[in-house]
Amino acid sequence: MNLLRYTAVELGKKIQAGEVSVLEATQAVLDAIKAKEAAVNSFVTVDEEGALKRAAEVQKLIDEGKLTGPLAGVPVAIKDNMCTEGLLTTCSSKILYNYIPTYSAEAVKRLEAAGAVIVGKTNMDEFAMGSTTETSAYGVTKNPWNTEHVPGGSSGGSCAAVAAEEVPYALGSDTGGSIRQPSSFCGVTGIKPTYGSVSRYGLIAYGSSLDQIGPIAKDVTDCATILESITSYDTKDSTSVKREDSDYTSALVDDVKGMRIGIPRDYFGEGLDPEVREAVLAAAETLKEKGAIVEEFDLGLVEYAIPAYYVIACAEASSNLARFDGVKYGYRTREYEGLHNMYKKSRSEGFGAEVKRRIMLGSFVLSSGYYDAYYLKALRVKALIKKAFDNAFSKYDVILGPAAPTTAPKLGQSLDNPIQMYLGDIYTISVNLAGLPGISLPCDMDKNGLPIGLQLIGDCFKEKNIIRAAYSFEQTREYKHSPLAEA
Amino acid sequence: MSKNYETVIGLEVHVELATKTKIFCSCSTAFGGAPNTHTCPVCTGQPGSLPVLNKQVVEYAVAVGLATNCQITQYSKFDRKNYFYPDNPQNYQISQLYLPICRDGYVEIETDAGKKQVRIHEIHMEEDAGKLVHDEWEDVSIVDYNRSGVPLIEIVSEPDMRSADEVIAYLEKLRQTIQYLGASDCKLNEGSMRADVNLSVREVGSSKFGTRTEMKNLNSFKAIAHAIEGERERQIELLEAGRKVVQETRRWDDNKESSHAMRSKEDAQDYRYFPEPDLVPIVISDEWIADIRSRQPELRDEKLVRYKKEYDIPDYDAKIITSSKHMADIFEATTKLCGKPKKVSNWLMVEAMRLMKEHEMDPEELRFSPVNLAKLIELVESGTINGSVAKEVFEIVFDKDIDPEQYVEEKGLKSVNDEGELRDAVQRVIEENPQSVEDYHGGKEKALGYLVGQTMKATKGKANPGMVNKLLKELLG
Repeated sequence: MNLLRYTAVELGKKIQAGEVSVLEATQAVLDAIKAKEAAVNSFVTVDEEGALKRAAEVQKLIDEGKLTGPLAGVPVAIKDNMCTEGLLTTCSSKILYNYIPTYSAEAVKRLEAAGAVIVGKTNMDEFAMGSTTETSAYGVTKNPWNTEHVPGGSSGGSCAAVAAEEVPYALGSDTGGSIRQPSSFCGVTGIKPTYGSVSRYGLIAYGSSLDQIGPIAKDVTDCATILESITSYDTKDSTSVKREDSDYTSALVDDVKGMRIGIPRDYFGEGLDPEVREAVLAAAETLKEKGAIVEEFDLGLVEYAIPAYYVIACAEASSNLARFDGVKYGYRTREYEGLHNMYKKSRSEGFGAEVKRRIMLGSFVLSSGYYDAYYLKALRVKALIKKAFDNAFSKYDVILGPAAPTTAPKLGQSLDNPIQMYLGDIYTISVNLAGLPGISLPCDMDKNGLPIGLQLIGDCFKEKNIIRAAYSFEQTREYKHSPLAEA
Repeated sequence: MSKNYETVIGLEVHVELATKTKIFCSCSTAFGGAPNTHTCPVCTGQPGSLPVLNKQVVEYAVAVGLATNCQITQYSKFDRKNYFYPDNPQNYQISQLYLPICRDGYVEIETDAGKKQVRIHEIHMEEDAGKLVHDEWEDVSIVDYNRSGVPLIEIVSEPDMRSADEVIAYLEKLRQTIQYLGASDCKLNEGSMRADVNLSVREVGSSKFGTRTEMKNLNSFKAIAHAIEGERERQIELLEAGRKVVQETRRWDDNKESSHAMRSKEDAQDYRYFPEPDLVPIVISDEWIADIRSRQPELRDEKLVRYKKEYDIPDYDAKIITSSKHMADIFEATTKLCGKPKKVSNWLMVEAMRLMKEHEMDPEELRFSPVNLAKLIELVESGTINGSVAKEVFEIVFDKDIDPEQYVEEKGLKSVNDEGELRDAVQRVIEENPQSVEDYHGGKEKALGYLVGQTMKATKGKANPGMVNKLLKELLG
């Protein structure tokens, strides 16, 4: 039996039962990566030596009865924007081509405490800026369902690695849909938790007020289990929230009777692929049949979400990325005359086009004379969007819609038209602006054999509602393995 | 004909707070560590690191705000000030622009021109930068982030000052107040207090402000006073010549005693301030303010009133002693031990002041303990040692903070109070100095002084001078 067929929780059980050793599981992952990387390119760094060493340590702790959790001994891949002590962390950018952090992100530490074995760092859009994983400085990641297509982004490497069954699960990060959209494109499940649930300490910031780390796996049970492990109140992150309700796995219940589900009409308008529309509405019908109360409503303000998001995220990014200057770490240009020239050349050569575009956009909207017109206005839009969701959640437990307007586009089609690419984030972005939790899970396939994702959105701190709805829906459908997983 | 001009001055004063740890991480703020040893991912701007606010910084800032009659902003926020420089590891400084922690305060100052209020526009919290060391030989710059993230407050005054005297009085007032609060040691020469001077001139009677310049790099009261005089003259000369003052930042050069333009308003950077998303708003409840207020120590003005009432020492002495919280603390502790405020005040005003001047010391640097000064006073009062011995012993106490009782014992400095022993010594002196005895009998009072001196010399200064006087008069008949 191929060990990569199992979900993370299934593999964890086998390990606890002594049917599979941590070393076997780790070796299976490393072998799968070796076999598939040429086709998928999900990883920036694979840490074979470190993973095998760690596997032996974890096995010992399990044998001694010191590690009994569901994820103990299960290998994991980490998106390359989370710091891993002693292990190259690049954000898929040339500017961090040699950056080895001296500390690990809190979420990574939480996983390690749960007995995870880190096998490597996954590819992404450079600094998480992009929707296709094509802006990486380390090559394009391909969609395991069809390698002529993109895996989505920015957590494309993490999603592709799970879909290709290179690794049982991975961590991603989501600033405007970067977990949910690639999960949708790759036919896997991913959760973006409520802002403040998972510590951002050690997550290399893109848009600080929007960034959240979350799990990516084959099913809802895995995601709930992983999220339970990484949720923490962290005093090192001032935006971290103390939660008493992070026992997400208690919501893995196949029962949606009486659950109120709202479908925003605004999410089904122009630009939505008819096949996606049909699949998502069919999923809603399924939940209705299982006893949920489903109705349509008008959310409002949807068209303002994308401009507001790009203003806020880029403003924060322009400042967050200022530290990459060639002085302290990372890439420094070879020849320069004086400080200013060193800055200019290092950053010009170290950053890719999309990152530069967003730094310039963000610098512009914060400039004197434009701050009120752009940045402050965007913050007001953000507040209004939150209010619109508050209204909706006074009536519904869950909001249901597509994760993306289309299935995965072909490689090379997106970057030439950034506006079109930005519009692809329309269903995911407002969730970040409002700080809400959202889950994306596969609901069908299009006629080209590419996965279609269903998105469920909950009110702040109501992950359990979306986990319950997603789990219930998942019970009506078989998990489909990608062609690369079968390979 | 030359017109009459008025100088208009406002100050931006940076004060380094006396917290043990930095403003956004738990690294030490101690001076003198090897380069980059008091650092962590946060204060070196490592990717992924996040700031966490040090609560003590807020408490100090509020304490200074309360002591300077400010409104406390109960919903305050940090903002990012974006600019590139290698001493600033994130290439932005976390500061406060939109909602500073304190606003609309004032302090009262007193100069020869009388009393007046200087209004405070705002006080905000921010982080300090690292230090760049330029190695001319290797043609490189090296950066030390030990100071990066040390907490600062910036106190911004209104343009209410009209002379260098008022500026110095204002700075002294701030310094005393902040030292009293224990919020900073406020040393200009070490950079824990730094003042930038905004200055313009206008014709007397004009209600419009002239164009101002900002002066930086002022490391002493002397430099500030000179820079103000120089800049006033420079601006008046420009105006008299029919030229305009350019709004610019100027740098004071202490060696040349003059300033030069650093950058004009046109070159001013756009700092692209925006709210710091990594920190949550600072919410300060009424209870918290009340708590900080209740822990506020007695400030100088209150102390002066109490000293007058409680200790009955001269105004002048009280002012000098309370000019430094440290000296006032020594005064009060010593008085409590010996119960003789006037004696304590005398020792501080005369001997301590003299030695401080001799050693070029600040009152803050006084190191002797009240218990030793109290013991010394007791030794004098009980007649165990005489005044001149006491002065000698005080010098040792001042330097090394020794126990005077033990010292006097060990060195055998106790006064000779034994009348028999003294009578012998006086008798010998009378016999050895017939000329002086004759002069004394001839009516020269001075001769008695000489004989007392000779007796003191013979007893190695330990004789009780009162007894010597008495015995001499008796024996000389």
